[in-house]
Order: sequence, then C-alpha cells, then structure tokens
Amino acid sequence: MSHETTGDRRTCLAIYVALLLLTVVTVLVSYVDLGMLNVVVALLIASAKASLVALFFMHLRSEDRLVWGFALVPIVFLAIIILGTLVDTMLR
Amino acid sequence: MSAPPDGHADPRVAFEAAKLGLWTFLATEVLLFGALFAAYTVFRVKYPELFRSEHLKLNRVLGTLNTFVLITSSLAVVLGVDAIRRGKARLLEIYYGATVLLGAVFLVVKYIEWAGEFRHGRYPGTNIFFALYFMMTGLHGIHVILGMGALAYVVVLSRRGRFSAGYHTPVEVTGLYWHFVDLVWIYLLPLLYLIG
Repeated sequence: MSHETTGDRRTCLAIYVALLLLTVVTVLVSYVDLGMLNVVVALLIASAKASLVALFFMHLRSEDRLVWGFALVPIVFLAIIILGTLVDTMLR
Repeated sequence: MSAPPDGHADPRVAFEAAKLGLWTFLATEVLLFGALFAAYTVFRVKYPELFRSEHLKLNRVLGTLNTFVLITSSLAVVLGVDAIRRGKARLLEIYYGATVLLGAVFLVVKYIEWAGEFRHGRYPGTNIFFALYFMMTGLHGIHVILGMGALAYVVVLSRRGRFSAGYHTPVEVTGLYWHFVDLVWIYLLPLLYLIG
C-alpha cells in the first residue's frame, strides 16, 4: 500500500477531466440517432467511466486480489440476475 | 498491553479488514440496485416505444449537470483521502465539507426535477418508465443523503483530532461508499436520461 504523492494527485485530476469529457461525449451522442448503437455506445462509455472511478478514485489498481474478487464477483451475479430474468420473461 | 490473539490488534490488518468489509457491503449494494436494473432491462425490452417516448420528457440538461456535480464531489473525496494520508486534517475537513455541500447541490437539482415531473402530472404510478425513474433516482437519493451524513460525521471526528497519517480508516471507507454512489449515477444517467 503506497501513500499518494503529487504525481498521484495529478493522475486523479487527469482522470477527473477524462470523466467530464466522457460525460459530454455520451450526452452529445444521445442527440444523434444511431438506432440500437445508441444503447451500446452509452453503456460502453458508462462502463469506461465506472472503471476509471473504481481503478483510480477507489484505488482498486493498488489493491490485492482479495479486494478485486470482492469487487468483481458481484458484477458476475448482477449479470446472472439480469440475463436470467430476461431469458425467463422473454420465453414465457 | 495485552493484545488479543487475533490479527486485528495490528492496525494495518484492522485497516485491510475494514476496507474488505466495506467492499463486501458494496457487493450487497450492487445487488440491491441490481434488482431495479433487472426490472429496467426486462420492461425496456418489453415496451421499447414507451421507454423511447417517455425518456425524452426528462430534463437531460439537469441530469447532465448533476453528473458533473457528483463527479466533482468524488474528486473532492479523493483529494480529502490524499490530504489525511499526508497528515493534513484541516485540508481533509475542507474537502469532505465540500463533498457534503456538493451532495446538497445534487439533491436540490433532483428536487427541481421531481417537482417539474409532478407539475406535469408525471408520478410513480403514471407508467412503468416513471415508476422505475422515481424508484431508481429515489433509492439513489437516499444513498446520497446517507453518504452526506457519514461524510459530515467524519468531518466532526476530524475536528476532534481523531485522524492522522497513521490512522484514518473511517475516512477511507466513507470515501469508498461515496464513490459507489457516484458509480450508480454514472449508469443512471444513460439508462434513464439518454437512451430510455
């Protein structure tokens, strides 16, 4: 576990700017009709932003594998819940 | 001093354990919101036209503004944690205080949005899109309120001189919680405001 330095603060400021820019991009794209691609682009950008927040703001990149497991396993369960419910309701 | 035999007497181990505990809590939070995300997915697939027409009624500008507010508040938390890691308690109080204020700004904007929906006769019972909109933003809003309380309490503790570069576990774990609140909103913005 390392203590933050000025370099880390600079990194976090860069991440902050990236998050703001990605927000602007996803809002601008939403005004363009791309059909089904709109959903794909919006979710990809949201996931990119979420990854940046988790890795840098929540310091996941400097955590050990145990914390990584606790961070990633719920996402697997979330996918099972959503896909499972979807399959069930669509085939009914 | 007679230390208990378990490793939690070691401050480093205690810190790692507290952090893992918070991540475990966040795992249950993912599933709490996950139920609503699952409902959203199912009904969006079932009624695509309804979602398309209804989501256009939301205020995209205010939703985006609130995204900027929350991302900025997350940066303040990062800088607050960084400050106390360097032993600067006063700086931590300023950054966490700013985060609480930004949380309040978020709620005011949210209030303006909800009031607007009510004025136009759009309530949770109007249709499934607005039911999900109010449920998801409402549950998220409750998390913002609880997070503000936790952060404010950390500021109070810091004023009493509880935290240093060597010990600041509550600062780190409340910070993690606040970032999670930001994370949820990062998905709510596109799902509700941008693609319906």
